[in-house]
Amino acid sequence: MSSNIYDFSKLTGSVHAWLSGLMSSGWVTFTELVLVGLVFLLLYALLGLFLVYLERKVCAIIQNRIGPNRVGKWGIIQTIADLVKLLLKELIPIRKSDPLLFNLAPFIVIICSFLAMAALPYAKGLQAIDFNIGVFYVMAVSSLSVVGILIAGWSSNSKYSLIGAMRSGAQIVSYELSVGLSLLAIVVFTGSMQLSTIVESQANGWWIFKGHIPAFISFVIFLIASTAEINRGPFDLAEAESELTAGFHTEYSGIKFAFFFLAEYMNMFIVSALGATVFLGGWMPFHIGNWEGFNHIMDFIPSAVWFFTKTFFIILIIMWFKWTFPRLRIDQLLTLEWKYLLPISLFNIVLIAFIVLMGWHF
Amino acid sequence: MESESLILFFIVAIILVGGAIIFSTLVAPNSFNPVKSEPYECGIPSEGPAWIQFNVGYYLFAIIYLVFDVETVFLFPWGVVMKTIGMRAFIEIIIFFFILGLGLLYAWKKGALKWV
Repeated sequence: MSSNIYDFSKLTGSVHAWLSGLMSSGWVTFTELVLVGLVFLLLYALLGLFLVYLERKVCAIIQNRIGPNRVGKWGIIQTIADLVKLLLKELIPIRKSDPLLFNLAPFIVIICSFLAMAALPYAKGLQAIDFNIGVFYVMAVSSLSVVGILIAGWSSNSKYSLIGAMRSGAQIVSYELSVGLSLLAIVVFTGSMQLSTIVESQANGWWIFKGHIPAFISFVIFLIASTAEINRGPFDLAEAESELTAGFHTEYSGIKFAFFFLAEYMNMFIVSALGATVFLGGWMPFHIGNWEGFNHIMDFIPSAVWFFTKTFFIILIIMWFKWTFPRLRIDQLLTLEWKYLLPISLFNIVLIAFIVLMGWHF
Repeated sequence: MESESLILFFIVAIILVGGAIIFSTLVAPNSFNPVKSEPYECGIPSEGPAWIQFNVGYYLFAIIYLVFDVETVFLFPWGVVMKTIGMRAFIEIIIFFFILGLGLLYAWKKGALKWV
């Protein structure tokens, strides 16, 4: 079976065996921890930089501009230049702000997004921690970043920051319900919260196809609600630049501002990766029924390529939202969640439970 | 790897942020100016503190959220065992959602979902 040729567990296994030959077991564990930490640090930084570049290019294409094109070929080093610039900028302390909380906030938002990265399955056999409550864990940890945002807004001693943080708090906690309920739909189908089991269950078809219309409704609700949960347009009331300057991070400067920016983009990656894993089959290749030849060709594309293709597909949809729709008002935002999305997703769960009961899914 | 290794990710994230902030304070220019450290308010001197009484609407939504979020947490274990238990789980969830829906309807009728 050719689908096993890209299994990463062989690679990690051989690294483990090679290290075990060199040193004692305690040091092997230590080296592996350092290696995993470095790999994730690199992945985090590279993805963040690339996503910022991608956003600027996509925005430019949609607005019929060229976008960054001076630094490096096609402006590809632009975000690295921006990062260096931000590193060299002064960190301005704000008068009468709460210094402890003011400095703590960037730590919290980055830690939350970094912890969520740990549980995502990037490719076959390539997952740092395979929790048996994976879906729930990623949802819980990524929604913790609202604490960081509230702290940032409150401690800045600025009115813009406070209004931005309050809006963000009301918005994130509201939309978290719909994210949870739409993910619950697939948990009911699979009977497991473990991300690797959910991916395995999609070997013969992705849940968005297998689960009929209710799964598709869940996917749409997930897209809308997660766009709102990561504070992106058209739901970016927390940093509505035309009214609140920059919202909750108005008073942050230099590298601290860069971390809020980075965390926002990484949260976008995390929700897209979660959506791709749960609804679009994660690293599973695309198969059509019993087209043997077609399925065989699809098996030759590495699993990591499948995962990142699906993830970036969702990321591009979310970016498309931002540059297409006008920003919502806070009352419209809360009405959309509480009077439309929440009742629809509650009804949808009952429908899915009925389908599972009758065994109507494939 | 077990869930203890989450501590690793925690430490790496702290090193990432802390390292960058320490590096930045070492290389970035640093000059004090009383006007520069004022909180931003359209370029004019800021008026009064920002920690003031705030619209109760945000707080109301937070309370309703708290109720519904606890329900969502209860739903996840149900979702896992739904397939194996079958009919009984389905009837139970309909009763559960009926009560939950009544709660939502009550909040709706009371005007708690209306932004003031």
